[in-house]
Formats: sequence, C-alpha cells, structure tokens
Amino acid sequence: MELIALSAAELAQRLQAMDVSALEVVEAHLDRIAAVDGVRAEGEVWSASSPEDLDQRDVHAYLHVTAAAAREHAADVDRRRAAGEELGPLAGVPLALKDVLTMRGVPTTCGSRMLEGWVPPYDATVTTRLREADVVVLGKTNMDEFAMGSSTENSAYGATRNPWDLGRVPGGSSGGSAAAVAGLMAPLSIGTDTGGSIRQPAALTGIVGAKPTYGTVSRYGLVAFASSLDQAGPFARTVEDAARLQTLIHGHDPRDATSVTDTPADLLATLRDGVEGLRIGVVTELQGEGYEPGVRRVFDEALQRFERLGAEIVEVSLPHAGYGLPAYYLIAPSEASSNLARFDGVRYGLRVDAPTAEEMNAATRAAGFGPEVKRRIMIGTHALSSGYFDAYYLQASKVRTLIAQDFADAFAQADVLVSPTSPTVAFGLGDKSADPLAMYLNDVATVPASLAGIPALSLPAGTAEAPDAPRASLPVGLQIMAPLLRDDLMYRAGWAFEQDLGFLPVPAGDTAVEVG
Amino acid sequence: MTATDLGEISATTAAEHGAPLLEGDTGEWELVVGLEVHVELNTRTKMWCGCATQFGGEPNTNVCPVCTGQPGALPVVNAQAVQDATLLGLALNGEIAPVCRFHRKNYFYPDLAKNYQISQYDVPLVHDGWLEVEVPDTEDPSAAPVVRRIRIERLHMEEDTGKSMHVGATGRLHGADRSLIDYNRCGIPLLEIVSRPDVHDPDTAQAYLRELQAIVRATGVSDARMEEGSIRCDANVSVRRPGDALGTRTEIKNLNSVRSLGRAIAYEARRQISVLEDGGRIVMETRHWDEGRGVTETLRVKESVTDYRYFPDPDLVEITSSSAQVDEVRARLPELPAATRSRLREAGVAADQAATMVVTGLVPWFDEAVQAGASASAVANWLTGDVAGQLSSEGVELAESGLTGTHVAELIGLIDDGTLSTKLAKQVLTGVIAARGARGPAQVADEQGLKQVSDEGELRGIVEQVVADNAGTVEAIRGGNDKAIGALVGQVMKQTRGQADPRKTNELLREVIGS
Amino acid sequence: MSLSADEVRHVARLARLALTDDEVDALAPQLSDILAYAEQVGEVAAQDVEPTTHPFALRDVSRPDEPRPSLPREDVLAAAPHAEQDRFAVPRIVAEEG
Repeated sequence: MELIALSAAELAQRLQAMDVSALEVVEAHLDRIAAVDGVRAEGEVWSASSPEDLDQRDVHAYLHVTAAAAREHAADVDRRRAAGEELGPLAGVPLALKDVLTMRGVPTTCGSRMLEGWVPPYDATVTTRLREADVVVLGKTNMDEFAMGSSTENSAYGATRNPWDLGRVPGGSSGGSAAAVAGLMAPLSIGTDTGGSIRQPAALTGIVGAKPTYGTVSRYGLVAFASSLDQAGPFARTVEDAARLQTLIHGHDPRDATSVTDTPADLLATLRDGVEGLRIGVVTELQGEGYEPGVRRVFDEALQRFERLGAEIVEVSLPHAGYGLPAYYLIAPSEASSNLARFDGVRYGLRVDAPTAEEMNAATRAAGFGPEVKRRIMIGTHALSSGYFDAYYLQASKVRTLIAQDFADAFAQADVLVSPTSPTVAFGLGDKSADPLAMYLNDVATVPASLAGIPALSLPAGTAEAPDAPRASLPVGLQIMAPLLRDDLMYRAGWAFEQDLGFLPVPAGDTAVEVG
Repeated sequence: MTATDLGEISATTAAEHGAPLLEGDTGEWELVVGLEVHVELNTRTKMWCGCATQFGGEPNTNVCPVCTGQPGALPVVNAQAVQDATLLGLALNGEIAPVCRFHRKNYFYPDLAKNYQISQYDVPLVHDGWLEVEVPDTEDPSAAPVVRRIRIERLHMEEDTGKSMHVGATGRLHGADRSLIDYNRCGIPLLEIVSRPDVHDPDTAQAYLRELQAIVRATGVSDARMEEGSIRCDANVSVRRPGDALGTRTEIKNLNSVRSLGRAIAYEARRQISVLEDGGRIVMETRHWDEGRGVTETLRVKESVTDYRYFPDPDLVEITSSSAQVDEVRARLPELPAATRSRLREAGVAADQAATMVVTGLVPWFDEAVQAGASASAVANWLTGDVAGQLSSEGVELAESGLTGTHVAELIGLIDDGTLSTKLAKQVLTGVIAARGARGPAQVADEQGLKQVSDEGELRGIVEQVVADNAGTVEAIRGGNDKAIGALVGQVMKQTRGQADPRKTNELLREVIGS
Repeated sequence: MSLSADEVRHVARLARLALTDDEVDALAPQLSDILAYAEQVGEVAAQDVEPTTHPFALRDVSRPDEPRPSLPREDVLAAAPHAEQDRFAVPRIVAEEG
C-alpha cells in the first residue's frame, strides 16, 4: 500500500522496524501535497497559491508547507533511530498543524489578512509537545478566519475543498486540517474546536476528529477565539491514531491557568475493551427535525450496530440542548470581541496608516478582518455592552449551567451519549455563505458538548446522499460524547464501532483527489 | 474604575469630620473628595508572566508574548501579588473576599497591549477598609493633630499599562505627532485603592496619601515612590451646599506629589464654587493638573459613562482566601504607622517628629539608635533635623548613605560626654556621610582633630588673651552691654578653630571680665 | 431585537471597526436576525441559576514569583509595523485612556 494511505500506527510500526525512513515518509507526503494541494512547491517554506491562482482541483488544505524543516527533522529522527536512541511512539510520523497554533519561526495567519506575514516568536505548548515526541510537522493548514466558521470558506486565503467532492466544503473551521488527513496529505493533524470546529469537518470529510475535555490540552499558543470553549484536538483516519495523537498533546501546562491538573485518562489502555454492556444514550433533542434524511438513516444504522455489538441503547434527554446554539452565539462572540481587540496595528500584523492612532486602529481592523469576524465582533461587543449584558452574556452563561446539569443527568443514565455530528453532509461551496444564521445551524449538535466542556468524538458512520445530489456518496459522522475527563470512554466506544463498520473508502472518482 | 461604576455611595460630611467649610460669595460650600490610589507592587515578576519588574530598564527589554499581548499567549496569576494585596488589604483594615475573580475591562489604548486590562470588578479582593489620618492643626502646630477616619471602599488587583513617550512640539500628549510605546511596565501588578468620598479639605487629602504611602511602605509591598510612579493618585472632587446631595464631580489626574494633590484640590474646589456661584454648572470630566501654572484644565469631557464591557476573564480562574489563609497573612502584618507613631510619642518623641519619621522611613534608624543607648528625643532631633537636612542637601538617600542608627547613637554619646559640641557634631556627621559610613563618628572626629576644647586650663589661657586684646569690648560689657560678650566668644572660637566648648567659654569669659 | 444603522455604528465605534455605509446597511439586518435568534436564551434560566463561565471549577491557579527570561527585544520589535527608538510607534493619540 502507498505510504500516504497508511495509518499513523502502521507508519510508526514500519518506521520502528526501519522498513521505511522518516525522510521517505515525509517525501511521499510532500509529493502528494505538491500534486493535489495547489502549493508553490519551492523554497524552504512552500506557500499556498493565491486564491485567484488556485485551481478548482486544488484541495488547498495547507497555507504553508515547511518542507525544508520537515525533511531536516525527519532526517534527524532517522539518524537518531539508527544510533539506537529511544524515540517516542509516533517519532517520524508527519502531521499538519492548524494555522491557529503558533510555531516559532513559521508564519501563523489564522486564515486572516490581519496576521499576514506574522512570524510568532514562540511555540504553542501543543507544538512543543509534538516536537518533543518527534512528530514531524509538515506545515500549517487553512481555516476559517480566526476559527469562525463551519466551512473554511471564511479564510482570507481562499476556501479549502472537500477531497470527497471538490465542489463541496470540508466543514470548518479546521477544514484544512481535516482535508489534509482525508486527502492523504498527512496521516495526522491538529485542529481546534470551539463549537464543533474539529468534529464537524471530521464528519464532512469522513475521518476521525476529537474535542478533548476542555482544559486537558493546553491553550498556550492557540490564538484565542473563545477562551472558555477553545480546545485543540486530533484528526486521524482511525480512532486509534486519534487516541495516540491526543495522548501526545494532553496533560497539565502551568502556562495555561485553565489547564486541568488531573492526570488525563489513559486513552489506549481500554481502547479495545468493546462496548458490551456499555449504556449508549441517544439524545432525543439532537436528531430528527433539521437533520437530513441520509444523515438520520446512517445514524439509525449506527444505533443498530451498537446494539448488535452488545451495547444497551437508552433514550436520554438534554432538555436545554435547543438553547445551546443561541447561548453559544452570544458567549463565543462576546469572548471573541475582547480576544480580538489586540489586533490593532500596533505590535504585529497588518497596519493601515491613518493620521491618528484611533483611526489607524479602526482602519486596520476594517481592512484586516473579513465579514464573518466583523459580524461576530459586533455581536459580541453588543452583547457585552452596557444595558445588554444581563439579557445576553449573563443569560447565556446561565443556559450554560443548565446544559451542564442536563449532561450530568444524562450521564447518570448512560455511559456515553451519541448523536449525528452534523445535521447535513458536506454542502456545496457558496451554498450557505449568504446566510450567516443558516451556517450557524451546522453547529447545532456539536455546541452542547462545547458549552459543558465535555469530550466528544466524531467518527465516520457511513455515507449518504446529499439533498442536492441524490446519487452522491458523502460521509456521515457519528458523535460520541463522554463525561468530563472520560475521553477514554468515547475512544473505546468509537474503536469498537469502527472495527465493526470497517473503514470508509478513500475518496476517489472524477472530482475527488486521485490516490497516487 | 471609578466609584460610581458600581453605584452611588454615601459620603460623610465635613461637619462629621470637623473639617472646615469653604466661604463663597453666596455662602458656605462643602468640599467632597474621593481618592483613587494606584500602587505598583514590588514583586520580582509581573502580574501574569515571568518578566522582571525593575524600574527604568532599556525600552521593551522586560517583555514576552504574555505582556505584549501576542496572539495565543495566556496570563497566569503571580501568587505573590495576591499575598501582597491581601497583606495591604489587612493593613487597611479591609475584609478579604473568600472568593474573587478577575474581569476584563475593555478599552482601546496603544499602551494596553491586549486592548483590555485585566482587573477586578464586582468582587474585589478587599472591601470595606479604613485608615485613620492625623491632620496637624495649622493654627497651632504644637497642638495634638486631628484624627480623621477615611473609609476605603475597595482594594483590587489589576495590571499596569505600558508607557507612552509623545514625540512632537510639546512632549506632552496634546500637540504630539506620534507616540512611542515601551511595554516594560505593561503587566506590572497594580493595586487600586478607592476611598469613599470622606475627604473634605486638602490637608486631609494630603494626610491620607501620606498615610497610605507610609502603610504601603511598612508592609513592604511597594516602594511607593511618587516620582517613579510606583504610587499614583487621582482625585474625584465635587462641592455642595452643606446638607445637599452630592454635586457633580470632576476627576483630576497628573497629581505627581502630595503637594500637587493639596494644591489641585484647593484650586478645583475654588473653580467649581466660582462656576456655580456664577450660575454655571459643573461638567463631569477629567481634568489635568498643570503644576507649573497651578491650574486644572479639561482633558476630556465624559459625554457618557465609558462602556468598558466588563466580563469575567475566561483565561483565569477564581481566587479563594480561606479564613485560615487570611489569618496566616494577618500574622505577618508589621507594626503599622499609627502604632509606630504612638510608640514614638510614648518614648518621648514630639508628635510632629514622630509623624515625620514614619512618613520618611526613619524609624528603623531611630530604633537602632535607641537600642544602642541614645535618648529617644535626641535621636529624633538628629534624624529629623541634621541627618535629614544634610542628606537632602547632598541628594543622598538615608539607605544609601551608610549611616546607621548606631552611628547616630555614637554621635549623641560624643556630645553627651562633652567630646563634641553640637556644632562639631554636625561636622562629624558630614564626615561620616562623606565616608558612606565606612568611618564612624569617633573615628571621623579623631582623624579630623575635631574635639571640643573644654580643658579649663587650656581654655582659660586663650580667654585671658582674648580679654587682654579686646579692652574696648570688655569695657562695653562692664558698662552693661551684655550682648557684646558674643563677640568675645567668637574670638575664642576663632582661635580654637571652633572647638571650644561654648558654654564653658562663656563662663570663663564672665569670670575673667568679672561681670 | 432589531438594530438600527445608528446602533450598528455605535457598536462599531466601541469595537473600533471603521465600517463603510454599505457594511452598516448589510450588518443591521444580519445582526438583528442573529440577536433575535440568540434572545431565546431569555426564555429559560431563572434568577436562581448561577452563571457558568468556565467548564471546570478550577480555583487558585497561580505561579510562583520567579523570573523567567524575557524575549530578545529584536524578536518583539521585528513584528512591529512601525518601530522607532526601540519602541512601538503609533500616530498621534487623540482619545484618552480608560
């Protein structure tokens, strides 16, 4: 099998056996990126083509490919392995990093003009952990600007396309990281999830993506969108790979005051324990109306599969789940309006000159932020402003309490909860960009877990048609939610499901990326 | 943070405080002042990051991703800052909140790296404290000072901003072409201490600031140097007719010394009275104190209350203070200025000297000198008199002078045993300071040959010679011009290079002249 | 909740965003729609419900007062759009701070 189609676990095994070198693995992925992603494959750092130069066949998962550094790191791993040095379990395996996490010396844009050309002077803790594990970073991936969006169309550097159907979105905001893994341009990638930004693109591109328990992965060096919700997590093509990657990046970080001090659950110890006797709760409120028929069908099949595997299916209710999305679209923009105030043209990034500091700030922010970011800054500023705070921000924070209580009640009846990850399969590029509210509805199933901070995983559950393309075969994701700090449970349930289902086909066909 | 952000609060009255009213053309007015004091803590590192806090470094050298608001950087609370704030809160008789948190105060300003300041809002660390100030009786300085209690509404933790340097014609903000920003100060732990509007005269305002400064120094949480900006004060000033509701206040900024505070309040009170008496109204505004011209001027009018969009900082978690923890901090409270003053007074030090020693930080030297056996009043006289005087004319801080309390005691001992006259002792002090304490008083006196001539035989000889040489003056004295004896004393001093014991000289002259 | 163009301009001033008239006109109905949707939060959560601002009840996270190396000044100033005399340069400041 092609190197690029192997899972991270398989690659790691072959690397350890020295059947293949880390440099060969990196080269295979760089070749793949050069072939399908629309990058200018030249120089030490390859840049994505400008939006107008991108072809309709370019996936555009990467914004920057750190080709030289990746080769150098891989060669170094090979040397050390040859010298008999003890290396980490994923040493030499390549990975794509969402462009919202800093990496010293490599541009970080967050998909925004505002940060074009900014080279951070420090590493995010996640980046440091990956480096220490000798995971080879291939580059930085495209995303909705400042992680605000559900389609990766809000990137200032052009939309990423879904490898399953290049006319469709990969989901967002971590669409670049998802497309890189689905499109065989990396076996692993890191995304960030604020209201579903890992899980929804994982669902739409047919891969595995997990939002760990809030606070178990350090946010230091993650450019903040909504601090009380943001969490970095893994993308992979298998549940096991995702669990392995999460294991590398989680754990307490003294640089993040919201970092949980508890030792994170061992995700691999119980991975293969199966679901027999496990109580799987089906959330009444997260299905039905608003969910596409194909999605509902695949979800029903998933429940039957769990039942066949010996799990007990129970109906549970999250009575306030319906208020999750409204609460989320107040809390996240409120925090964002404050977090993004620092982009003012003074210390880094874009500046638009003007006669006074105030005008310079306002002109810079007007030019540097795209429409969705401006919209959310406006919503958040309004929600926090005098006279509105109680009705909006404060009330939304109370809803958050109610949703957390709902989850606590539901977890008294079930070990894990399940729902479709997204109400739809991948939709067409441009289909929802005119209607912000319609776009926000993509997050309806993912937002409750975000508000409660609980871990949630999305994994492929099958394929379905799209309403606009009855003969299409597009991935459908299954969301598995677990109690706080019980990330191990969702991986265990996911692994059993995945083994029984088998893997989704690698995307292929006329419009899709061709393998090899 | 201004007092009205969290609702109006009651002021005391001048009458309750025995403070004077102000005479206007149309009757009496009552001054109402609330003070906001910012204290920079002298922790080793900043509030949220490990950057050093030292004053006056090269620009932008004590900075990191956190304090320059780099994307992705996160704050983590400095534990020492919380301890220090708690200690000062207890020193100000405040209540410590069992649970408090940090809010973001959102406003754009180039020296604020994140464009929000992390501060405290609805629940400050400390609330409802007070301090007592002693205001000297201006009519009769020897009378016991008036003691006034000023309530403290809250003390909260926040972070300092960077420093802007304005480039252009004036060097001030107005008229500058551009501003240059240094973030070294950005993120230094800051405490804001908000008083209730309990101050009704400029003297009390000054006494409050001095007392607060002394308490801060006693606790050791800050150097509280106004000239370096490690303690800063804004004043909210309004006037009203006695018995009326609070008048509209103005906020005065740029008060760089205790003296400025008093002058600015006095000026602003008069200005407001004359506006009101002319039928005008006071506008809620921020005013700038111009020390050179001695006036306040409009800086900006507050059209509406600034909308800071406070909300809980999601990057930080709650701070708790159990009563056991608070008691632990309380046990570390040092002797506070009020207690020090009464201890000094009981030891025989004059009230004004006791107050001065507390404010100027002389007490450790006092205690050491007294410990070494000198009398309290003599030590106080020396410390507040010649020691302070000589150091200030030399421009040397006591701590850097090398002078110890033991030196002071030794000097007093040399006077007491007749070795030195007061005048010689002052010369010896100069020598000790010049040597930065490397040589003590006895050694300096020895080396410079400064020793009082009180040996009767030696002195009698000189006196007899002077009497013989000044027959005319002697005649005048014998004729009843007693004051003329001073000229002869001078002659003796001249011949002994100032080392004659003046009392003895006087006695001998009278004896020899026979007057 | 429906936001007028003037209210949109007021919010834009607070957010320090120079919006064009076209943007204001486009945003007014969009923000109104989103806020109308978000207002549903007012339908639940009575006064006795405590707000949640953090998913974990973490408390008292702090760091010891120990210095760590700062960044080299060149690294900090390298990103500055304008620097002068080792400081970040901005045009004339008109408004006053907080």
